[in-house]
Amino acid sequence: MNKRSGYIFAAVTIIPGFLLVALFLIYPMLQMIYQSLFNVSSLLGSPSFAGLDNYKSLLGDENFIIAFKNTIFLTLLIPVAVPFISLVLSVLVTQTKLREKALYRVLFFFPSVLPMVSVGILWQFIYHPTIGVINSALNSLGLGNIAFAWLGDERFAMWAVVITIIWQAAGYLMVMDIAGIDRIPIELYESATLDGAGALRKFAAVTVPFLWEVVRMTIVFAIGIATNVGFILTAVMTAGGPGLSTTVLLQYMFTQAFQNSNFGYAMSIAVVVLLISFVISLISNKLTNREIIEY
Amino acid sequence: MMNHFTVNRSKVSERMAAIAARVVLIAISCTVVFPLLWNLTTSLKTNTEIMTSPWSLPQVLQFENYIRAFSKARMADYFLNSVFVVALSMALLLILVVPAAYSLTRLNLERLSKIITNIYIACLFLQVNVLLVSIFILMSKLNMVDNRVGLSIALVATNIPFNTFFLAGFMKTISKEYEYAAMIDGCSHFSILTKIIIPLSAPAITTVSILSFFSFFNEYILTLVVISSDSKKTLPVGLANLYEVQRYATDWGALFAALIIMLVPVLVVYLFGQNSLTRGMGVGGLKG
Repeated sequence: MNKRSGYIFAAVTIIPGFLLVALFLIYPMLQMIYQSLFNVSSLLGSPSFAGLDNYKSLLGDENFIIAFKNTIFLTLLIPVAVPFISLVLSVLVTQTKLREKALYRVLFFFPSVLPMVSVGILWQFIYHPTIGVINSALNSLGLGNIAFAWLGDERFAMWAVVITIIWQAAGYLMVMDIAGIDRIPIELYESATLDGAGALRKFAAVTVPFLWEVVRMTIVFAIGIATNVGFILTAVMTAGGPGLSTTVLLQYMFTQAFQNSNFGYAMSIAVVVLLISFVISLISNKLTNREIIEY
Repeated sequence: MMNHFTVNRSKVSERMAAIAARVVLIAISCTVVFPLLWNLTTSLKTNTEIMTSPWSLPQVLQFENYIRAFSKARMADYFLNSVFVVALSMALLLILVVPAAYSLTRLNLERLSKIITNIYIACLFLQVNVLLVSIFILMSKLNMVDNRVGLSIALVATNIPFNTFFLAGFMKTISKEYEYAAMIDGCSHFSILTKIIIPLSAPAITTVSILSFFSFFNEYILTLVVISSDSKKTLPVGLANLYEVQRYATDWGALFAALIIMLVPVLVVYLFGQNSLTRGMGVGGLKG
């Protein structure tokens, strides 16, 4: 078998997939940046060059500012809250030698494979003021005075969505953590036990340092979750409301593009979303940078 | 004596910790399971029962809710469309990704392989949701809108980087000795791929298949934008549509039944695949 047949085989197998990626991911990204500099108001008409006008309009657009703040809120909160919860769960599941630990892993992971549309609709009903379980429980406990319309109240709507995001996503990151914990040499825990370390001490001195690279990865994943799950769940559960209280940038982009046909403006919003994820990833990378422990 | 005492004490506190952990884990399990069980019981209640108390159990099991979900809401059409899009997408993805991962890892293409892998890693950060508008414009120009095959091709394309990266990570760990023996026997790349690499990569290919099943079956936003005919909608888009209609018509029973209909395929695949999924997922293929 010669080198040439290897090259031909490589070309036949790699090129088709690569062309699809170039066409449906790389080209749209470049187009998005390029066309955000134009006024594109229809799919067929010729767009007129607008320079940075779209971006300047963003700064003066109050709705954009609100959506921007909501997006920043989620992109800061979710990558802190979800990886932390997942880490605690993974330690509870792995370190306590419970017989049923495999069952917890299966159960907690399950919400992350559910369709986000189903999750959104289901939780919309859980929060429902009349037929929902939460308010019905509060009423029967005599706490009717705090039985709010959770998704219909500007003060609580975003937090209600955040709880649903955690419900959906924590198990996924937990499984990443568990895979990392399983690779920590068991001798480390044994010698920590011999040294008289308690559970908390083992968590701080063995688990966290050795798992750090995995934790950093879960934080990067959580930034993606904040952007994507945040968008779909708010779209399904509240459609961005009440008012604009749960409108994230992708929701605003969606409205601008598919309801107002402001495609160029929508793409400048998408560029901002890309930048936010990128900048927050960089910041989290800097903040979490520790010396890597090899084992 | 002293030593004995401390060992005992740490045993006791360990047992206490295990009990506390179990209580916490059971409580969390309840918050995971309860919404799904509530969905199931509610799907079998009459609308009056649903309105009266969300906690009560159905007096008589209302299977008519499921019949109404199918008859009123074209759930059968949505279901078939989902089956079509998911099956086509999974087949296309595996045909594109498995041989490519083989070429990238087993053919000694050091530089080329590095460049393509790095491009694919960078692509992991490009999300369909963010590129939605420009992908939609591209697909309109290519006449791919309102077309299930077109949708499928776009979905496959956006899933190629992760899955190639994942499979390549696994295939890198396979020993080269099997291939050398096969090459001496004069086997072609194609037969090395099909007879040696694919069987040895079966666990990773299974993980990729299951992950991509969920990714294709659950896809919502691109389908929502690209598919406009009601007859071509998939389950998530059809369900969101039904939800918009039924929340005003207040046929809650049918809506909860539709939610369960959508969960069944996910649950079945999950029960069969969860083991290779949670084991294989690890750290996105880094572990192999």
